[in-house]
Amino acid sequence: MKETPLSNCERRFLLRAIEEKKRLDGRQTYDYRNIKISFGTDYGCCIVELGKTRVLGQVSCELVSPKLNRATEGILFFNLELSQMAAPAFEPGRQSDLLVKLNRLLERCLRNSKCIDTESLCVVAGEKVWQIRVDLHLLNHDGNIIDAASIAAIVALCHFRRPDVSVQGDEVTLYTPEERDAVPLSVHHMPICVSFAFFQQGTYLLVDPNEREERVMDGLLVIAMNKHREICTIQSSGGIMLLKDQVLRCSKIAGVKVAEITELIQKALENDQKVRKEGGKFGFAESIANQRITAFKMEKAPVDTSDVEEKVEEIIAEAEPPSEVVSQPVLWTPGTAQIGQGVENSWGDLEDSEKEDEDEGGSDEAVILDSIKMDTGVEGSNVGSQDAPIILSDSEEEEMIILEPDKNPKKIRTQTISAKQETAPSKKPVKKRRKKRAAN
Amino acid sequence: MAGLELLSDQGYRVDGRRAGELRKIQARMGVFAQADGSAYIEQGNTKALAVVYGPHEIRGSRARALPDRALVNCQYSSATFSTGERKRRPHGDRKSFEMGLQLRQTFEAAILTQLHPRSQIDIYVQVLQADGGTYAACVNAAMLAVLDAGIPMQDFVCACSAGFVDGTALADLSHVEEAAGGPQLALALLPASGQIALLEMDARLHEDHLEQVLEAAARAARDVHTLLDRVVRQHVREASILLED
Repeated sequence: MKETPLSNCERRFLLRAIEEKKRLDGRQTYDYRNIKISFGTDYGCCIVELGKTRVLGQVSCELVSPKLNRATEGILFFNLELSQMAAPAFEPGRQSDLLVKLNRLLERCLRNSKCIDTESLCVVAGEKVWQIRVDLHLLNHDGNIIDAASIAAIVALCHFRRPDVSVQGDEVTLYTPEERDAVPLSVHHMPICVSFAFFQQGTYLLVDPNEREERVMDGLLVIAMNKHREICTIQSSGGIMLLKDQVLRCSKIAGVKVAEITELIQKALENDQKVRKEGGKFGFAESIANQRITAFKMEKAPVDTSDVEEKVEEIIAEAEPPSEVVSQPVLWTPGTAQIGQGVENSWGDLEDSEKEDEDEGGSDEAVILDSIKMDTGVEGSNVGSQDAPIILSDSEEEEMIILEPDKNPKKIRTQTISAKQETAPSKKPVKKRRKKRAAN
Repeated sequence: MAGLELLSDQGYRVDGRRAGELRKIQARMGVFAQADGSAYIEQGNTKALAVVYGPHEIRGSRARALPDRALVNCQYSSATFSTGERKRRPHGDRKSFEMGLQLRQTFEAAILTQLHPRSQIDIYVQVLQADGGTYAACVNAAMLAVLDAGIPMQDFVCACSAGFVDGTALADLSHVEEAAGGPQLALALLPASGQIALLEMDARLHEDHLEQVLEAAARAARDVHTLLDRVVRQHVREASILLED
């Protein structure tokens, strides 16, 4: 389905918050979300969670004949798929732009930087080489797919073990894992992508944007680095105009972040290695077990409420006093009443059969409510508005309970439920029909 | 990089240029009568052709029309004979798609799209010979074509590639230097303000050298701007002479 557009209120809210250096989840501008790495039972399978963004990475290998112009090198193949469960907007045919961009970026980051030694994947020159295939699946989209995907790819590659092979003359023997232990790939370095989102024509920048922030950003700069501070890839996208010093600043920030993330990855790999050696339980089931009921509970974010009271008092003092209470409702017939005067209907000529939205305003900001004053309230179905009578037929909508007519003069949607009525001793639900005008 | 010395001791590159020198640039505007705007550029041996149609009504689905801006549609195609080995798929593969996306991003930033709401501008780029720096040549050709079509732009968009060998930054890489596997940077710049419309880099480069390479690319892009500015003025002069007659 098409992506739900972001409302202007939300967009403005996010941009204002960013101007004040505040993020919705309480992070600082250069903070990453929590990164969690868990491994599966097989070698080469891992799930990386960056906040709520989840990517599954799986590495597999196969013996194939090499490319003609690179006879002594193995083949690396990367594929990122945006699963339909990741976001409602992802559909089989619809994702091409984003998909191509992400895939190309991943390819450039991991293949062109030569993080895996492809020469070591050669078995028989010109005849048999290993083809390593990295499949990444996005399971949940909460922003910053590229970072999570790059972490998942490199972790899966570091975790993977390929079957051992020995060559004797013309004979090639492929050992199963039972005969000989599987051999890890030779990873030269670990390139990690760091994303920077730019707002307000490059004035503000955030690291690791989440999904909402991505929707309002102007553009994205992705810098892939390894822990030796070598830049593997830079890619600017989204039509922002950058300045040279912005790029240099971002590369410095990226260096710091990559060092932290690489440490985390090393620790995770070591932990998993330890658990497997000691014969403990490992795999995805283990990593999720203790979160069974609260599996997707959001962590508590610390909120600073120290000066809330002063702020509240300020707001109350500066706020306008509530407007005057509206006059008594005018009772038309038993069971119907009117509060306030509506304005002239400005919708143009309506046919009789056409129904209107009865909530369109009066200048008094009072919504015409049904109020039943008498016990003998007939199922009031008519709302008196002087200009345009609203005819309600028997609707199948749920019964609505009316609010007290003179309690709250502000604009109230008729769906609100009431408590009791002071004036009317009895409370009668009124069937009300809200029907939108036919789309013009 | 075994065997081929990309930068000799005296500071000469494989084709005899110095580290910061550009290849010879020749450009012509208005090569096709049919299109709204067209241009042809040769940067050394890299030859690119660009054609612009627009602004015109949105073709295809009306739903794609943007209410406040023009839609920029870029397609990149490299001829099958453009590389050393014959390519089987001139367009439709991922790399061409990505190149089209990048061109679109560059030009959406540079063209004043607010002046043509609900319309579409098509830019088609064809590479006839690829000898390194294809992205830069495409951007330069497309920019000349957009100017030829009379579409208002914020500023010139000049692009150039840069690399890094032996501690020196090289400007305007040729195919041999690109294939050697060193770091390559492609930069599209608006010369007047110094804003970077697109920045793309491949292969490992140490962070400390980034500034040097960026600086070399920016300087090269400014040099390209000088040359192309001359080309545009020459073209306008010729056209006005013809009109006067």
